[in-house]
Amino acid sequence: MGRYVARRLLQMIPVFIGSTFLIFAMMYALPGDPVRALMGDQSFDPAILAAKRHELGLDLPLWQQYVNYLTGLLQGDFGTEIGSGRPIADIIADAFPVTIRLTLFAFTFMVIVGIGLGVVAGLKPNSIRDRGLLGLTLVLISMPSFVLGYLMQYVFAFQLGWITPTVQDSENMGDLLLPAIVLGSLSLAYVARLTRTSMAENLRADYMRTAVAKGLPRRRIVGVHLMRNSLVPVVTFLGTDIGNLMTGAIVTEGIFNVQGVGDAVYEALFRREGATVVGIASLIVLVYLLCSLLVDLLYAVLDPRIRYA
Amino acid sequence: MITIDKAPVPAPRDAGSAGGPLLEVRDLHVEFATRDGVAKAVNGVNYTVSAGETLAVLGESGSGKSVTAQAIMGILDMPPGRIPKGEILFHGQDMLKMGAEERRQIRGRKIAMIFQDALSSLNPVLSVGYQLGEMFRVHLGLSKKEAKARSIELMDRVKIPAAAARVNDYPHQFSGGMRQRIMIAMALALEPDLIIADEPTTALDVTVQAQVMDLLAELQREYNMGLILITHDLGVVADVADKIAVMYAGRIVETAPVHELYKRPAHPYTRGLLDSIPRLDQKGQELYAIKGLPPNLLRIPTGCAFNPRCPKAQDVCRTDVPPLLQVTEQDGTELPGRGSACHFWKETLHG
Amino acid sequence: MPDKTAAPEATEAAAKTATTTVTTAPDAVLSANAPKPEKARSLWSDAWRDLRGNPLFLISSALILLLLVISAFPGLFTSASPRDADLANHYLQPPNWGHLFAPDWFGYDGQGRSIYARVIYGARASILVGVGVTLLVTIVGTIVGMLAGYFGGLTDSLLSRITDIFMGIPFMLGALVVLTSFANRAIWVVILALVFLGWTTIARVARGAVVTIKQADYVVAAKALGGSTTRILLKHILPNALAPIIVVATIALGGYIAAEATLSYLGVGLADPTVSWGVDVSSGREQLRNAPFVLIVPSVMVSITVLAFLMFGDAVRNALDPKMR
Repeated sequence: MGRYVARRLLQMIPVFIGSTFLIFAMMYALPGDPVRALMGDQSFDPAILAAKRHELGLDLPLWQQYVNYLTGLLQGDFGTEIGSGRPIADIIADAFPVTIRLTLFAFTFMVIVGIGLGVVAGLKPNSIRDRGLLGLTLVLISMPSFVLGYLMQYVFAFQLGWITPTVQDSENMGDLLLPAIVLGSLSLAYVARLTRTSMAENLRADYMRTAVAKGLPRRRIVGVHLMRNSLVPVVTFLGTDIGNLMTGAIVTEGIFNVQGVGDAVYEALFRREGATVVGIASLIVLVYLLCSLLVDLLYAVLDPRIRYA
Repeated sequence: MITIDKAPVPAPRDAGSAGGPLLEVRDLHVEFATRDGVAKAVNGVNYTVSAGETLAVLGESGSGKSVTAQAIMGILDMPPGRIPKGEILFHGQDMLKMGAEERRQIRGRKIAMIFQDALSSLNPVLSVGYQLGEMFRVHLGLSKKEAKARSIELMDRVKIPAAAARVNDYPHQFSGGMRQRIMIAMALALEPDLIIADEPTTALDVTVQAQVMDLLAELQREYNMGLILITHDLGVVADVADKIAVMYAGRIVETAPVHELYKRPAHPYTRGLLDSIPRLDQKGQELYAIKGLPPNLLRIPTGCAFNPRCPKAQDVCRTDVPPLLQVTEQDGTELPGRGSACHFWKETLHG
Repeated sequence: MPDKTAAPEATEAAAKTATTTVTTAPDAVLSANAPKPEKARSLWSDAWRDLRGNPLFLISSALILLLLVISAFPGLFTSASPRDADLANHYLQPPNWGHLFAPDWFGYDGQGRSIYARVIYGARASILVGVGVTLLVTIVGTIVGMLAGYFGGLTDSLLSRITDIFMGIPFMLGALVVLTSFANRAIWVVILALVFLGWTTIARVARGAVVTIKQADYVVAAKALGGSTTRILLKHILPNALAPIIVVATIALGGYIAAEATLSYLGVGLADPTVSWGVDVSSGREQLRNAPFVLIVPSVMVSITVLAFLMFGDAVRNALDPKMR
């Protein structure tokens, strides 16, 4: 087990480097230039521009820029924004906790409601409530989060007046409720469907019949025998979904004006602040990779037939 | 000792009254609602099992032997399954009239079942120790620790080597034979009065089959349990069973003490089954096979269900359902425990 | 986020379809179930039979057909132009729900343009992106997956690592980064950006399917008979790996449409003069309080379109996944 974890961690390194390099390359190699963005629309002296670029190391070959960046990153130096001169570590320290709070909130919501709905439907496959739930999840999946976000904002803030249209205080869980629901709703629909399918499938399994024949109470049959088997694929999905939730926050945070990572990335993108974008993206990639490792380990715990290979 | 009810006689109501059979199935009917209509899986089955007795239920797939067992066990999928008619008396009490909780108390504790495919019938993500221990924890309220100790004992009983070391292993880590032993151990856990074994050895290698069957027979004798052995394999039955009921299209077509059935079948279907066993002394001859296919349960043939496949079918076979009648010798002496549901049982038996 | 374009359960189901190696003994116990008439059936003819009787499939196909016609011939559905702005007369004019198919049916937006006309003309972008991305992603993913799965060894390790790397990039973030770099974002740029980031799901599914099929007896036999690699790949492996790939691809299609709308809404996808529902939603948000229809109408169109493709994908999956029967 320990060896497996070590090997997986080692394997993560090239993937991490590859993914972040790709983002780095896209950010810097494609047209668009932070120094020019800094100058705005005013006329500028090409010589000053070149000097500034040299000072920032932007005239080096791309790979060298990346190596420089990575060396800094390994020493905990995320760099400094070219435009504002703000250390990127500060920006991250401001934005990440907000997004993590929002993501965890959305995650909890989607796990509880998603699995709950899935169980309710999966215990009676093809019943009316099952079909109703499948329909509901289809509708949820087909609504991009900006649609759902504005819909909720319109209904709950403008029509009913229950909440303020935007988040005033990102520390306040009540304020974050609506954004969290919007952020989690797509995944919620997937979790519900996955749970439902998995349960409906396992319901027909031979070992379920054995459990009944053993005279176990229904609570135990469903709670222990059915759930243990049905949740394996759900857990896998949940783990890989955390990274998606964090990027999904770009849209949700924009709608509700939450000052989180999504908001920071979005702004940095338009100012062509590569270091900020890459810094935040690297952290998200890291979260994603760690979560998938966690899922693999959890998977082997939940299903003893899986061996660490 | 062997009784097959022909006319339903009201049984004494008091449970477990001395002398009464352990289990008595009376005129049981089971049907399934399918997309194409109602499939009549069981059409009036009667049989009894006493303590210490082994009843073998023989038949092709689709004959209703497993469905009957599932009805007794109370693990039929309902819906689509339905029991429109019949009684299942256990210690004289009709289980079909019991509440769900009362039946659950009987399942596993008083009547246990062994399934065919142990690999899929055991929960893949729970250790065998946990699955065995569950019986003690749920039915006897033992603690986890006590349950585990009892599980190891149980695994020793069914001769699983190094039981203490393997109690935390998972089903996929055992061989087929060992897994079936675990199934047997699970069924034996609470020393039930009756065990239903549904093709317990079909999925196993021939050499392992014999070991598992011997173990089952040995334990049955030891605990004086009733055993219903469901199989399509005549070879398995001969050594273990006391009596045999042959099923076809949801009915019992013949019933007899085990050795008499082999010697002198009283139903053409039984004869066909016996003739289709390969025999060394008939080497070189073409193997006999019953012609045709098992009946479609959605459209069971009128009259005797076996008539389209029967070499001796007459007009009466296509119109009248033959009742299961007492079989006698030519001179009229009753053959105890023997019955045949064939219009021409006399010709079949004595011909 | 639309990263999950390929719905996870579909991937899951598809992977299972492809890799049912852990088989349990056939369930002979409930033999009482209706005997079925035996006929020669193939996966595809069976699936087709299944689909024809599925109301979900019929409704979604009709919707998709309508959307295809709308995007091909928008002029058939409205006489108004989506770019004619008449601020003086029509600024935020509310919808006239009774005027079916008239330019003022859904009202006018903040620039005095007919929302109905814009919604009709906006279909083309969504459909083009959805279909285009799905086709390209399927081609690229299938090729990569097949090569990795068939050749194994170093090829597999290399291709799988590359797939991992692309998978490690959060879809939305990656798309944002790529697309902000383009000043002129034509439809093909958006398509290519989504393909660039989206091919991995199909590649994984295809690889899984091929690894299983490779061990099948008929492939081993074809190899033993001296079939060329290309022939084995195209004649034996591809047709059999196709079912799970198609399942994932159809379900993903709706997701790509949602992704395009989201990116356009964020201002990095399509832009004027291309008419796009996402852009219209974005421009309607300022007036959400007093003129909600400006935002809601294109939002509903996006959702209906995505829903149509999702239902379609769902129906196809149910028909092609033997486990669902």
